[in-house]
Amino acid sequence: MIPVAFDYQRPQTLDEAVALLATRGEDATVLAGGHSLLPVMKLRMAAPELVIDIGRLAELRHLRVEGDEIAIGAATRYRDLVTSTVLAAECALLPAVAATVGDPQVRHRGTLGGAIAHGDPAGDMPAAILALDGTVVLQGPNGRRSVPVAEFYTGLFSTVREPDELVVEIRVPRTGATGWAYEKFTRRSNDWAIVAVAVATMPSGAVNVAMVNMAGTPIRATATEAALAEGKSIVDAAALAAEGTNPPADTHGTPEYRRHLAQVLTRRALQTAIA
Amino acid sequence: MSILGTRVHRVEDPAFLTKGGTYTDDLTDERLAGALHLTLVRSPIAHATITSIDTSAAKQAPGVVAVLTAADCDLEPVLVFDRANKKMVRPYLATDRVRFVGEPVAAVLTEHPYQGEDAAELVDVDYDPLPAVVDVEAALNGEVLLFPEAGTNVATAKGSADPGAGFFADCEVVVTKQILNQRVAPAPLETRAAAAAWDDGRYTVFCSNQNAQGTRDDLAERLGVDVADVHVILPDVGGGFGAKIGADPEYVLVAWLARRLGRPVRWSESRSENMTGLVHGRAQHQTITIGGDRDGTVKAYQLKIVGEAGAYPAFGAALPNLTGMMARGTYDIARKHSSYVSVVTNTTPTGAYRGAGRPEATQAIERAMDLFARAIGMDPADVRRKNFIAPEQFPYEITDEISYDTGEYAKALDLALRSAGYEQLRAEQARRRERGDTKLLGIGLSSYVEITAGGGASENGSVEVHPDGTVTVLTGSSPHGQGHATAWAMLAHEQLGIPMEKITVRHGDTDQIPEGAGTMGSRSLQTGGIAVHKAAGELVELAKQRAADLLEADVADLVVDKDVAAITVAGVPSARKITFAELAAQEQLRVHTEWDAGKATFPFGAHVAVVEVDAETGKAAVQRIWAVDDAGPVLNPLLFDGQRHGGIAQGIAQAMLEEVTYDEDGQPLAASFADYGIPSAAELPSFDLVGMETPTDANPLGYKGIGEAGTIGSCPAVQNAVIDAVAHLGVDHIDMPLTPVRVWTAIQQAAGGAK
Ligand SMILES: Cc1cc2nc3c(=O)[nH]c(=O)nc-3n(C[C@H](O)[C@H](O)[C@H](O)COP(=O)(O)OP(=O)(O)OC[C@H]3O[C@@H](n4cnc5c(N)ncnc54)[C@H](O)[C@@H]3O)c2cc1C
Repeated sequence: MIPVAFDYQRPQTLDEAVALLATRGEDATVLAGGHSLLPVMKLRMAAPELVIDIGRLAELRHLRVEGDEIAIGAATRYRDLVTSTVLAAECALLPAVAATVGDPQVRHRGTLGGAIAHGDPAGDMPAAILALDGTVVLQGPNGRRSVPVAEFYTGLFSTVREPDELVVEIRVPRTGATGWAYEKFTRRSNDWAIVAVAVATMPSGAVNVAMVNMAGTPIRATATEAALAEGKSIVDAAALAAEGTNPPADTHGTPEYRRHLAQVLTRRALQTAIA
Repeated sequence: MSILGTRVHRVEDPAFLTKGGTYTDDLTDERLAGALHLTLVRSPIAHATITSIDTSAAKQAPGVVAVLTAADCDLEPVLVFDRANKKMVRPYLATDRVRFVGEPVAAVLTEHPYQGEDAAELVDVDYDPLPAVVDVEAALNGEVLLFPEAGTNVATAKGSADPGAGFFADCEVVVTKQILNQRVAPAPLETRAAAAAWDDGRYTVFCSNQNAQGTRDDLAERLGVDVADVHVILPDVGGGFGAKIGADPEYVLVAWLARRLGRPVRWSESRSENMTGLVHGRAQHQTITIGGDRDGTVKAYQLKIVGEAGAYPAFGAALPNLTGMMARGTYDIARKHSSYVSVVTNTTPTGAYRGAGRPEATQAIERAMDLFARAIGMDPADVRRKNFIAPEQFPYEITDEISYDTGEYAKALDLALRSAGYEQLRAEQARRRERGDTKLLGIGLSSYVEITAGGGASENGSVEVHPDGTVTVLTGSSPHGQGHATAWAMLAHEQLGIPMEKITVRHGDTDQIPEGAGTMGSRSLQTGGIAVHKAAGELVELAKQRAADLLEADVADLVVDKDVAAITVAGVPSARKITFAELAAQEQLRVHTEWDAGKATFPFGAHVAVVEVDAETGKAAVQRIWAVDDAGPVLNPLLFDGQRHGGIAQGIAQAMLEEVTYDEDGQPLAASFADYGIPSAAELPSFDLVGMETPTDANPLGYKGIGEAGTIGSCPAVQNAVIDAVAHLGVDHIDMPLTPVRVWTAIQQAAGGAK
């Protein structure tokens, strides 16, 4: 439970962090809240030569309304999301989802950017941001680029982020205080989701449904969404939730069980969000 | 008013809550100055032959003082459980073969602990994998043997699996079922730790453990030295649950290394190591067969056990015997038959875990009672009532030597049912079923009897009053969270009148207290506690003898004035008083005594659990649990209920969450707290504890043990409740833990079968 020796640097500014990453990108790893990174380092499943700590960069801890969107700095903690009055009014799905992550210790440390960059298929935030049609803002030596979260994940724990890029911001539309739901299915109160379903009603009126742990990446219930758009009932639409999914098998459930859960949870989430 | 029976706050707690405990790894004892740190290279493979070990690179790593393998170690491999197959001995470091993931293969000693893991990675072990024996069927068929020289995978066995022709012949209804009492991890909060020094021909060993003296004896035997040459000291211990009894192989190795290297050695395991290195509990595959008549009379019961001993038979191989002995539970069954086979598999060895052998018996008979009730269409409470051993049948013989002492089994169940409002609960259950509610209610019962102080009922204690009025109590038991310091002080205070805060209880140092049996099997109060009670009583007598001359009175006329902790003359308010302290100033005032009840005691009780099952997802949640736990009179309700709380939590956790599993190659699948279902308060309801006190005749205060009762009673009640919730859908059994996927699958299969 002791990591392999590594160097540690804590840049004082975002530019410094980006510059450091540009020179050491291949053998460096970014540290934000550390709640995914440190366990794997302690288990020696990761052994970076250099750890670049961005967790305390004030430039990455903003949370503000910008036009039709809300901009959230990557180093914003779960706890900040849970207690944000801006989010309570402008995008109430996010604090609700953040409140289900781990336990209070995890929520005081873990960051939104870390969760998005890490891309655990059982993670809560990636699916929530996907349900919101959010955008991931990356910054590298060549400046910034925005990637819709729907295009961000390429597979299990893998994203389009280049090794010399940082996740600096997550942007979501202002979806308001209502019209959302999050159904997270766990064995214990502070467990990772066996399956979870996030529902968000978009400013356009469209109802988005995203699922946790139903594939190697967060995934939208496209058949359900289409059925809803066609005016089908919640029950009928929810019955289609598992279409096109590829859920994992583990001690918590078979793929068949997860497909079943996806349908039940989607129905419940839709009933809460829009019925 | 007597202090006994009152809610005295734990004298241990102020220190724990302010400065914290001092555990083995926290020690700054000068005897450990300059200690080396041991890191163990453990096998990542369940079953393999070792073709070579290259330690040369590791030896060059920074801070490394030594790297040792079996080739360097002259310790004799040990038959941990001495009644197991004699060939199934365990080396301290693997010799030519590894038999489970986590088995120690090499010892790396470094100046600092953080250097150890780096160096351990450089030890190059060549493994030639062998097929892993993971399930008991494979172990029994013996195609692959863990110990080829033994010619079998059977570690121990007893009794024929055939109860004989006619065993069930006169039964109108016979039900049989295979059930699993799954393997669980004891998971104490403090993982194992040991620190040893060898100086002047003598070992000093500090360790996290439940029995100082027994561990000293084990160490002496395994190190091949005299008992006098081993000094064991137990600092604070953060939980044991049965899994820290005796000298673990690692502890022996730490002591041996200290001598071999001529420097103190320390070792403290990580949680990951603990999950595969510490013994596991339960792991019994049972076949239960119950037969009787439609009026509810159970006539015959058979329990067949295949127990998992793990890779090297330890105490776990002994436990099926105890399960068989306790198999009938609280019922007067005309014919009872039990048999067992304990097999080795390529898994972590098994040992004692809270209840150790008794929960497995209770789970089996309580499941059997529900299955039988279902088969004859009778309420499970009525079937139990029909078959209980009646109060007038005590002492009730269960073997040639052993009898249940006292019990009121029907009264306990009725009290639990009344407290729970059983009729209303059944009515609510029926309403929900009629409405087609997806939130189903399940009501589960259990009636239990267990054996405490089963492994011997003697213990020693001494009480000494000092001239300054303080008292030292020495006890042979080894508390690790139970609250002996409070309880023992209460027992001494009760007779001497000396204030609690002046009484110090010492334990767990074999030089101070050479004899002792330790703390396990819910034995302490009825053995060590009674020894202190007896010693304090004898001290009062001694004080009276000495005071008689001084007070110019007859010994028979003397009494203790507890208000001033003095001896005085009965009924003479103006009489002189002489305090215990004054007597101690004249001559040492100390009594050492031994108490032996000569027999075990049998606490009992009944639990009622209510669960809600989400029929759509299979997720079950325990909503309430009513527990009647009768262990005789209660010394301190705070300590008593504390034991019940922890026990009930662990019982619920086994029923609902916990399971150690392996894949087909013997790789553990739940070896961290991320994967293993350790419970938190959020998974548990608050408990309804109901009081009932039936004394034993085994000791003067009537005490039985309460340490394990909660676990034994709650687990079957919860399992029965979850199955009861879905019983109307055609489900008659689901193995533990009752995870959502299992419950959901059972519902699906029952629905499929009904079609
Ligand atoms: C006990 C426990 C329970 C948990 N339960 C849950 C749960 O229920 N649901 C859930 O979703 N998660 C859970 N988590 C994970 C938690 O949410 C993590 O905190 C989160 O996944 C990662 O965020 P972090 O800030 O801690 O990232 P870190 O651990 O610091 O980093 C994670 C990874 O992302 C990279 N990274 C971090 N920030 C950036 C950035 N700005 N740009 C580029 N790369 C970056 C790191 O290099 C690393 O590879 C749990 C964790 C623990 C320890």
